[in-house]
Amino acid sequence: MNQVIATTVELAGVTTVLLLLIATPLAWWLARSRRWWKEIVAAVAALPLVLPPTVIGFYVLIALGPASPLMTLLHPFGVRTLAFTFEGLVIGSLFYSLPFAVQPLRTAFEGVGDRPLELAATMGAGPFDRFATVAVPLARRGFLSAAVLVFAHTVGEFGVVLMVGGGIPGRTEVLSTRIYSLVESMQFGVAHRIAAALVAFAFVALLGLLLVDRRIGLPRP
Amino acid sequence: MRAFARIIAAAVLLVMAHGSARAAETQVAVAANFTAPAKEIAAAFRTATGHTATLSFGASGAFYAQIANGAPFEVFLSADADRPAKAENDGFAVPGSRFTYAIGRLVLYSTIAGMVDPAGAVLKRGTFAHLAIADPVAAPYGAAAVETIARLGLTTTVRPKLVTANSITNAYQFVATGAAELGFVAQSQVIGVTGGSRWLIPAALHAPIIQQAVLLRTGAANPAATAFIAFLRGPQAAAIIRRYGYEVTAH
Repeated sequence: MNQVIATTVELAGVTTVLLLLIATPLAWWLARSRRWWKEIVAAVAALPLVLPPTVIGFYVLIALGPASPLMTLLHPFGVRTLAFTFEGLVIGSLFYSLPFAVQPLRTAFEGVGDRPLELAATMGAGPFDRFATVAVPLARRGFLSAAVLVFAHTVGEFGVVLMVGGGIPGRTEVLSTRIYSLVESMQFGVAHRIAAALVAFAFVALLGLLLVDRRIGLPRP
Repeated sequence: MRAFARIIAAAVLLVMAHGSARAAETQVAVAANFTAPAKEIAAAFRTATGHTATLSFGASGAFYAQIANGAPFEVFLSADADRPAKAENDGFAVPGSRFTYAIGRLVLYSTIAGMVDPAGAVLKRGTFAHLAIADPVAAPYGAAAVETIARLGLTTTVRPKLVTANSITNAYQFVATGAAELGFVAQSQVIGVTGGSRWLIPAALHAPIIQQAVLLRTGAANPAATAFIAFLRGPQAAAIIRRYGYEVTAH
C-alpha cells in the first residue's frame, strides 16, 4: 500500500514540476503574442481537457511502443519501449494534465497587463528581466493554481495509467488503478477507504488553494 | 368516410404496435474475450428474430460489480462460471437460466515471428522484457495464465517481467502494439490474425475456462432477452462460437 501511495505522489510531483517548466513559456507566449494563429495553439493545448483519458492513453501506448518513430530514436540507447515504465506514465501525465497548467498560468499572465511591463521597460529592464522580476511575481496566484491543479489532477489519473501502466508494483501501480482492482475483486471495504482518503485529499488541496489564493492576492501598488 | 378513415388509422396503429412489440431490444454484458463472436451472434440474432441485442464489452469482474449495483443489463455472458453462479446466489439472476455457452482456450501469442515456439520454451528462456496477462483477479483468462505459469514452475522466473492488463482486451492491446513482446490472450482474439507466433496452451495446464451465461432478473420480462438466451443455446450460435476457437458442449 505504501508503495502505491509513494508511486502516486512521485508521479504527481514529477509531473507538476515538469509541467510548470513546460507550460510557463507556452502560457507566457499565449498571453502576450499577437499572432493570428495563437488561439489554434491554445485549442491544441486544451485538447486533453475534452479527450477521453483512455483515448489519450491508447495513443500514448502506441507512441511509446517499439514501433513508433519516437522510440526508434531511443533504440540505440537500448530502450525498446517506454510503456510499463514510470517515465512512460510521466509522459502520459504531461499530456493529460497540460491544460490544467496552461490555463491558470495564461490567465494570470494576461492579468499582469501591459503597464507594469512597459514601466519596467522604460527603466531599462530587458525582456527576460521583465518576465522574471515583474510578470512572475505578479502572476504567482496562477503558479499556485497550476501547481495544485496539476498535482491533484494527476493523483486522480486513471485512464492513461490503465492503458500504459501494466500495474507493476513500485513503478506503475497508483491509487486510482488500485481502487479499480479492488472493486473488480469485490473488496469494496478497502476500496471505500482509499477512495474516501482521495476525496479528503482533493478537498483539502482545493480548500487550501482557495484560502492561500485569497491571502496572497495581488499586491497593492 | 370518417369512420373509414378511423378504421384505417386504427389498422395502421395496430400494425405499428405489433411491429414494435416484436422488435424489442435487450442489454447484454459480454466478457471482453467473447467480443468478436458476440458481435456476429448479435447480427445473426437480429436477422433471425428482428430483436436487437445491444452489447457492452468489458472484464467480467467489473460487470459483476455493476450488476450488483443495479446496472440495467439483462443478459450476462461471463468469462467464467463463478460470477453467474454468484449472480444466481445473490438473487440477481433468474434461477435455472445459467448455462455454459463456450469453453475458452488460452494462447501465448506474439506479433514477432519466431518468438513463441509451439512448446512454450520461450517462457523458460526469458528472452523478453515484458509478458502481458489479464488481471487474474478480474479476468478468468488472466487466472488461467497465472495457473499455466505455475504449472510450468515458472512463477518466480517470470514475475519481474509480468505486466498486468485490466482486461483480456487490454492484454491483447499490449501485445498487438508490441509494448509487450508476448502475452497470454484468448484464442478468439488471434484466430483470424495471420503472422506472429503462438502456442495453444494445452487444456491440461489450467482449469477449464468454462464460460457461462445467465438471464438477469431485469430481463426476465423482456422477450428479446429470453430470445437471445435461446438463440445463444442454438445451433446457429454454436457454429459461430466454434469458428472462433471455443469448444461448445451440447446443451
